[in-house]
Amino acid sequence: MATATVSRPLPSLPEGWAAEKDFKPIGAITASTQRTIEPVGPHFLAHARRARHKRTFSEDDRIQAQERAQKIEKDDESEESEPEDPMMLQREAKDWKSQDHYQVLGLSKYRWRATEDQIKRAHRKKVLKHHPDKKAAQGSTEDDNFFKCIQKATEVLLDPVKRRQFDSVDEKADVDPPTKKEAAKGNYYKLWSRVFKSEARFSKQQPVPMFGDENSTKEDVDNFYNFWYNFDSWRSFEYLDEDVPDDNENRDQKRHMERKNANARKKKKAEDNARLRKMLDECSAGDERIKKFRQEANAAKNKKKLDKEAAEKKAKEDARLKKEAEEKAAKEAEEKAKTDREASKKAKEAAKNALKKNKRVLRGSVKDANYFAGGDASPAQIDAVLNDVELVQGKIEADEVAALAGKLNGLTIADEIKGVWSAEVKRLVDAGKLKEGEAKNLV
Amino acid sequence: MAEKGAAGVAPDDRCAIGISFGNSYSSIACTIDDSPVVIANEDGDRQIPTVLSYVDGEEYTGNQAKALLVRNPKNTVVAFKDFLGQEFKSIDPTHCHAAAHPEDKNGVISFTIQDKAEGEPSTLSVSEISTRYLRRLVQSASDYIGKKVTSAVVTVPTNFSEKQREALTKAAQDADLEILQLINEPIASVLAYDARPEAKLEDKIIVVADLGGTRSDVAVIASRGGLYTLLATAHDYEFAGVQLDKVLMDHFAKEFMKKNANVDPRENARSLAKLKAESEATKKALSIGTNANFSVESLAEGIDFQMTINRLRYETIARKVFDGFNRLVESVVKKAGLDVLDIDEVILSGGTSHTPRIATNLRSIFPGTTNILAPSTNPSALNPSELQARGAALQASLIQEYESDDIDQSTHPAVTTVKHISNAVGVLTLSEDGETFTPVIAPETAVPARRTVHVAAPKDGGSVLIKVVEGGTHIKVTKPEPKPKENGTKEDEDEDSDFDSEEEEEEHREKVWKIGSTLAEAAIKDIKKGGKVEVTITVANDLSVTITAREVGGKGGVRGTLKAP
Repeated sequence: MATATVSRPLPSLPEGWAAEKDFKPIGAITASTQRTIEPVGPHFLAHARRARHKRTFSEDDRIQAQERAQKIEKDDESEESEPEDPMMLQREAKDWKSQDHYQVLGLSKYRWRATEDQIKRAHRKKVLKHHPDKKAAQGSTEDDNFFKCIQKATEVLLDPVKRRQFDSVDEKADVDPPTKKEAAKGNYYKLWSRVFKSEARFSKQQPVPMFGDENSTKEDVDNFYNFWYNFDSWRSFEYLDEDVPDDNENRDQKRHMERKNANARKKKKAEDNARLRKMLDECSAGDERIKKFRQEANAAKNKKKLDKEAAEKKAKEDARLKKEAEEKAAKEAEEKAKTDREASKKAKEAAKNALKKNKRVLRGSVKDANYFAGGDASPAQIDAVLNDVELVQGKIEADEVAALAGKLNGLTIADEIKGVWSAEVKRLVDAGKLKEGEAKNLV
Repeated sequence: MAEKGAAGVAPDDRCAIGISFGNSYSSIACTIDDSPVVIANEDGDRQIPTVLSYVDGEEYTGNQAKALLVRNPKNTVVAFKDFLGQEFKSIDPTHCHAAAHPEDKNGVISFTIQDKAEGEPSTLSVSEISTRYLRRLVQSASDYIGKKVTSAVVTVPTNFSEKQREALTKAAQDADLEILQLINEPIASVLAYDARPEAKLEDKIIVVADLGGTRSDVAVIASRGGLYTLLATAHDYEFAGVQLDKVLMDHFAKEFMKKNANVDPRENARSLAKLKAESEATKKALSIGTNANFSVESLAEGIDFQMTINRLRYETIARKVFDGFNRLVESVVKKAGLDVLDIDEVILSGGTSHTPRIATNLRSIFPGTTNILAPSTNPSALNPSELQARGAALQASLIQEYESDDIDQSTHPAVTTVKHISNAVGVLTLSEDGETFTPVIAPETAVPARRTVHVAAPKDGGSVLIKVVEGGTHIKVTKPEPKPKENGTKEDEDEDSDFDSEEEEEEHREKVWKIGSTLAEAAIKDIKKGGKVEVTITVANDLSVTITAREVGGKGGVRGTLKAP
C-alpha cells in the first residue's frame, strides 16, 4: 500500500503527559469477524506466501527484495563476457572457414547450446565494442577485420542450416571418450555419460536415452545401446568442402570439384559412423552392467538347464520303470496264455477221448440192441442203423453225445435202447436239426 | 503430455487462458505482455453464445448455433451451464423451452440430440455438452495463440456449489483442459479493473453488479490492500437480460398484431424464435444508439415486419425490469450492513450492463463520490462483457507458473480464512470542530494488515500526541424529517412519473466517523517546523497491534505493541 498523507495536523502533546518510552498501551482491538478472502490477484499471492511461510510483512519485504536482487545478479552473470584472445583479434576475415564462430562471439561455453537470443545479444555486444567507426574514433587504423569476423560468425550462427553445418564439424564441442586408464579409476559412467551427452546433439531423434549409471535397469541399458547402435545422425560435412571455383570458365573443373566434395562428405560420414560404432563397442566392452546382466541371465539360464536335466532324468527313470512294468505284465500274460493253451489242449483231448468213448457207447448201444432187428441183423440193416447213428452223432454236440451216452450206458434191453434213440431223434426233429424221415432206422 | 491427461500439466508446458463460462455467453481471454486480451473466435465474436447445435452431424457453436434456434431448435442446446452438477429437480428449464429440453436420465440431466448424420439420436449428459462446448472454446483460443492451450482459470458465480465446481472441473478435464482455479465472477471483474496500469491500490468497498442474460448477481466486496473479501451477495433470476428481451418481444408482437389482426407471432414456435432473436439484437442496438430498427422477414404467416423504436420508448416499457435491478443492488448493500454512502465503486459487468439506463439509475442511487464503472457513465470503463474473462486471464497468468499442488495449498481455507477487524483503526487529528478520527486501517480489513500514514504536525512543530483509536461510522442525516431510503416503495406508481421525483425527496446524508475506544497513546517530541509524522499500524494474525511512529526523515521514533485481546 502506498503511504497515505493526512493534511490535518496531530494534536499537541498535553502538558504533563508522560509514559515509559513515550508509549502508553491502553486497549486492544475489540471486534473481529472470520471471513474468507478471495484467493485472487497479486496481493493475495503475497498474502498466501506470507501465511504459508509464516513471515511478517517486514521479513517478506526483505526476502522479496533479496530474491529480486539475486535475479538481477544472475542476469549479469549471463552477460559476463569471456576474455578475448589477442590472437583471435588478429584474424583475417577471409579465413572465416577456420574460425571458431562461438569464440568470436564470446559464446565458447555455450557452443551448440546457445540460443538464438543469446547469439543475437552476443553479436550486439561485440558490435558495440568492435565497430570500426569506434576504433577509428579511438585513433587506431582502419582495421575492420575482426568486425567482419563477427559479422560472418553471426551470419553462420543465425542461419539454422549453416549453423548445423558448422556444429557438425565443431570439434571443440566434442568430448573425447575416456581412455581405459581413466575409466578404470571409477567414474566410468560419469565420463561416458558426458561423451554421449555431447554426441547426442547430432541425433535427429530427441530426446536421446541417457547412459545412466550402475543402477540402471536392464531395459534402460538395452534401450540405450539399441538406440545408439541405430543412431540417426544429422551430422554432415559440407562445411569442410573445398571451395568450388565460381567462374563459368571451367565447367569440368567445377564438376570435378563438386564430385570430389560429395565423395569426401560421404567418406567422412562413413568414417564418423564407424567412429561412433567403435566408440560404442569400446564402451559396451567395458560396461560392467552388461556383464552383470549377462551373469544374471546365465545364472537364470543355468538354473533352467539344471531344471531341465533333472526333469529329463526323472522322465527317463519314469519311462524305464514303466517299460519294466509293461514287460513284466506281458511276460505274465504270455505264461498265463501258455498254461491256458496247454490246459485247453488237455481238456480238448479229454473231450475228444470222451467223445470217442461216448460215440463208441452209442455205436455199442445199437449193437447191444442187435441193430433193432428181430433176429440176426442183415448187413444192410446194420449198415443203415450205423449210418443213422453217425448222422445223429454228427448233428449233436459233444455234451449231448455225453448225455446220450449216459442214458444209453448200462442199457442192454433193445426196446429201452430203441426208446432212448427214438426220443433223441424226436428231440432233434423237434429242434429242427433233423428232418422228418431221417434216421428212421432209429425210431 | 497428452497421455498424462489435463490434470497434471507441468508449469513450463502450460499455456493458460481465462474463461468466463456463462449461461448465455462465454468469453475467452489470454494475456499478452501482462495485459489481458479477449480472444475472438473464428466468427470474430468476443462474446460467444453458450449454444451448441447439431445439423446433419455437424457441430456448431456460438452465433452460428444460436441462429439455428429458428430452424433446428430440437438439436440446439442453450443455457446448460447452470445445470452442471445439479439434480434434475432443482433446475429451472425455462430458458431451454425454445431449444432442446433437459431430461432426467438415471439422475443425470441429459439432452436427446441428433448429433450424428445418421442413426438414432444420442442422449448427452450436460457434462458431455459442456465438454464439447469447452473444447470448441479452447480450440478457438489455441488457434489464436498458436499454441495448444492446456490450462485455464474459469469464473463461476459465487453461489456455485462444491458439487457444481467438481462437475465443471470434470467437464473441463474431459476436454483436455486443466482447471488451474475457479474464481468468483465478481472478483474477476474487480481484478480486471484493479490490474489496469493506472489503477491505484486503495481500500475501498465495491459493488459488482453482474447483469447477465438469464440471471443477475450482485456482490459487495471489500477491497483492502488488494485483498478482496465478499461481504454480501444476492442472486436474482427474475430481473435479467431475457426479461428485457421479453418486454421488447411483447411490444413488437403487439405492434405486429395491430397491423395484422389475429396473427400472434408468439403462438408459433418459429415466429417466436425469430421475434426473440431480433428483439435481442434490437436491445443491443438500443444500448449503442438512440434508435434501433426491428425488422424480420416473414415474422408470422409469411408477413414481413419492420419498425423503429427509440430508446426512450424502450426505457419506458422496460421500466419495471430496470427498477428491479435498482432494488436488487440496494438490497445487497443493506444485506452487507452498509449504506450506499459506504460504497466507493460500482462495477457493472455482464452483457445487460451495456444498457445506459441501468447505469444512470444506479448513478442516482449512489452518492456523487461513488464511481460508477459502466460505459455510459464513465468513459474509461472497460467493456462490461469482457470483465470476467479479463480477470480470469490475469489470474491465469499470475498462477500458471506454480505447481498445481502449490495452488491448492494457497487456496486452502487455512490460508484464505482469516480474521477481519470490524472497526477501523486510526489516529486522532485536529480539525475545526475539535478532534477528528482519521482512519488508517479501514474496517473489514483482513489481518495481518499493515498501513502507514504521514500525518502533518502542528504548524509550529513541537511535541505531538499520537492517539490510536478505533472508529466506527454512522450516517448523519441533515434533513429534519429523514425518510427511509426510497426507490423500492414505488412499485405501484403509474408510468407517467419520472425518476426526477426521487431526487426532490432525497435528503442530505453524509458519513461521519465516530471515535471509539482508545488503543494507545504515543508521543513524538520536538518535531521541526512543518514536519510530518509517519505512523505505521500493523495488526497481526492474533489481532495484536504494533504501532511505530517517527518523524519523517528523523531518527529513532516510538514503537509499542498491544497484546492480542
